[in-house]
Amino acid sequence: MFYMFSGIILICSLLTITTRRILRAAVYLLCVLLATAGLYFMLKYQFMAAVQLTLYAGGIVVLIIFSILLTSHITHRFKHPDLVKLIMGVSTALVGGGLVIATILSHPFQTGTTSELPVNMTEIGNQLLSTGKNGYVLPFELISILLLAAMIAAIVIAKKDKNKNSEI
Amino acid sequence: MIQGIPIEHFLIVSTIMFFIGVAGFIIRRNLITMLMAIELILNSVNINFVVFNRYLYPDQLQGQFFSLFIVGIAAAEASVAIALIINIYRKLQNIDVENVNEMMY
Repeated sequence: MFYMFSGIILICSLLTITTRRILRAAVYLLCVLLATAGLYFMLKYQFMAAVQLTLYAGGIVVLIIFSILLTSHITHRFKHPDLVKLIMGVSTALVGGGLVIATILSHPFQTGTTSELPVNMTEIGNQLLSTGKNGYVLPFELISILLLAAMIAAIVIAKKDKNKNSEI
Repeated sequence: MIQGIPIEHFLIVSTIMFFIGVAGFIIRRNLITMLMAIELILNSVNINFVVFNRYLYPDQLQGQFFSLFIVGIAAAEASVAIALIINIYRKLQNIDVENVNEMMY
């Protein structure tokens, strides 16, 4: 099961960056995100998998597809990339990936022996909003302010300039 | 151990996915496909956090919470980036990176 999910992830992420049609790239990205949610289900983090499905696969992919429909022609195909850029990108990925994989394989990981914490919604909600030990209320508030700022910024950037339009 | 799968296999999958994202970010010229490469990178980092949480510290929830925060940040980043991309498209009629050398508004 794990190897099926990782096969889907690797093949679809390769196709995402190599396909020449932009809408297909978005659909392959959706496949990658769904398979990642499957990995979270395998690791028994149901809440994380649900967030992945709703926010990533539901929200971000729909946003990307809408912007594709607004900005490009469906039948348009990309030109082949420059040879220099292709060599640079692939060699960067190969060198970096080789280094990181060598480090991972040589490092002895100490698997935790303590008993698994049952991950239910009560536990998640208590820890997310507590200020004591194992409490995460500070990053929670930070991210709420960040989301508000991002929402206002997106509206301000994307809205049409009224004065400019009236001049035209 | 979850079903006999060692932790290295998860880490290798997420590493390969991360560097596919990096290569895509360098190779592609369209802004939206570059945004997709960034989403691949963020997603692989999420897998790493969750796997470390499950295998090394199964009695705590830090990795899961930080993955949640990364998902939120990714959503905010995608919305702002897409607002910028649509604005650039209104101005230049295409969204290739070569043409975005002036950010005058």
